[in-house]
Amino acid sequence: MKNLKTLAALLVVTLVTACAGPSKSTVDEGAAGTTQDGGASSAGVTDGGMGQGGDLSGGMAGGSALGGPGASQENRIIYFDLDRFDIKPEYNAILQAHAKYLSGNPAAKVRLEGHGDERGSREYNIGLGEKRAQSVRNVLLLQGAVSDQIATVSFGEERPAVIGSDEEAWSLNRRVEIVYGQ
Amino acid sequence: MHHPFKCFASVLAAALLLAGAPVRAELQIEITEGVDTALPIAVVPFGWQGAGSGPPLDAAGIVAADLARSGRFAPLDRKDMLQKPTTPAEVKFEDWRRQGSEVLVIGRVLQPAPDQYEIQFQVFDVLRGEQLLGYRQPATAADFRRSSHRVADLIYEKLTGVRGVFSTRIAYVTVVRAPGQAQGKIKSSYRLVVADADGENPRVMVESPEPIMSPAWSPDGRRIAYVSFEARRSEIYVQDLRTGTRKRVSARPGVNGAPAWSPDGQKLAVSLSRPDGNLDIYTLDTNTQVLTRLTNGSAIDTEPVWALDGQQIYYTSDATGGPQVYRVPAEGGAARRVTFEGSYNARPRMAPDGKQLAVVHNDRGNYRIAVVDLARATTQVLSDGRLDESPSFAPNGEMLIYATREGTRGVLATVSANGRIKQRISALEGDVREPAWSPFPPAN
Repeated sequence: MKNLKTLAALLVVTLVTACAGPSKSTVDEGAAGTTQDGGASSAGVTDGGMGQGGDLSGGMAGGSALGGPGASQENRIIYFDLDRFDIKPEYNAILQAHAKYLSGNPAAKVRLEGHGDERGSREYNIGLGEKRAQSVRNVLLLQGAVSDQIATVSFGEERPAVIGSDEEAWSLNRRVEIVYGQ
Repeated sequence: MHHPFKCFASVLAAALLLAGAPVRAELQIEITEGVDTALPIAVVPFGWQGAGSGPPLDAAGIVAADLARSGRFAPLDRKDMLQKPTTPAEVKFEDWRRQGSEVLVIGRVLQPAPDQYEIQFQVFDVLRGEQLLGYRQPATAADFRRSSHRVADLIYEKLTGVRGVFSTRIAYVTVVRAPGQAQGKIKSSYRLVVADADGENPRVMVESPEPIMSPAWSPDGRRIAYVSFEARRSEIYVQDLRTGTRKRVSARPGVNGAPAWSPDGQKLAVSLSRPDGNLDIYTLDTNTQVLTRLTNGSAIDTEPVWALDGQQIYYTSDATGGPQVYRVPAEGGAARRVTFEGSYNARPRMAPDGKQLAVVHNDRGNYRIAVVDLARATTQVLSDGRLDESPSFAPNGEMLIYATREGTRGVLATVSANGRIKQRISALEGDVREPAWSPFPPAN
């Protein structure tokens, strides 16, 4: 019975932290789960969040932060082209905001989860996911984050955001998710 | 460069189900393409010469199914058999000739002791009326199925000149996705399963809510190395098949992936992203934890596989842009590119004769299984899917098993090395992927 309880607890943790995230159906509601991600790790992050980092939102309407744990789901996912791991210019502002949040909140930690689409071989896709996470990491470091604040992990094609075998699903699965609080 | 690492003790996570829990048969196999020249063969139900109601299993039925599944034999339906001889004296070759059977198999199951069986069988050339093979295969109730496959192996080898693979096994990963409590969250159950080559007798070796990847058989067939994300990051484990006990052999920062056994079973070639975030090929002595780095640079270097002599390691690298196969001496040295045909050649697997590599190859936008001849540097595409991956040779080199799609489902397929015989293997539930064909079992 004890094992069952542990199992149940682990499953709950999994459900909360798993970034099964931004499938088309979860993009909208996924923010709730992510807030928990950021909030769970340390009160300091939440306290400092909006005050120091949240005001970088620039053009975002309704006070939604561009960087930091308060950022909306869409501002915590960087998408990539097929077989590529270079960061497209459109993500510069988002990454700059996250870097600024991290440099302003030395206790904050972020985990970069790299993913690929389902095409090709699985371990090579682990490599692509890792390269993508490293690309994001390098930008954050260049812009003021400290290496101790950033962990990377690659799930390759093993944790798709969207189940599907078309261009749209593939483009949504080639991504790095920025997860606060690890 | 050598880095001693201390050995990590194995820790069993509560969410993991370990060891060989039997589950009901979950694979279905169908031949999707055969050859016209399949040899007509009659496998007569074996007689029973023991106590009690009969043998544990229908050995002749298992043998006939094995031979049919190879695509090279067309067994006669039992209800079309005019007679069912169990001893050579009862055989009337005329009748079998008239029915078109070219080969006849008859046999008897004896029971010398309560849990001791003996499968005696004879194989005849019907046209000449000559015995080709006579053999006694011992068995127990527990290994009766395996012993029946062994009978099929012996018949196959006698008739084709190639050792049969019916008594080998296949490891694979299944994934069952179910909607979680929160709408849209995907909850998955990943299992590493080992089954007989005919899909029977499946056993779950490990089960986890996080991904399991890249199963690799040790050369002696006793252990499987694999990647598990149970700690929410990649780690490499080695698990003993018989006892279910396992050891975590690599949990270094970053990627721990793509384990491949050296031919002597002492080392694993792996892909690690320590210490700089670049995936490079290393060898890892699983006893001493001595780590040797073989590649260095910004490229993605992964999916190593050893040459048969253990002197070279083939692997995937995107050093020139897209992924291609390279090789590097196992003790370190200069890397050389091996594949040149096409924009994508990844995940090499060595053929049992050491002369060919199976790869995932981009064929006009489709990811397909191809075989690269190492001496001639030619590439032959064998599969016809859109998202085929994870090729693995049967230990006799006659077939490859790989992962493909049926609609949106992940299924397995086999293709003969000449591309002519094809089978589809699907799970009853969920996706099945990453098949790895075992080595031959030790001779008994």
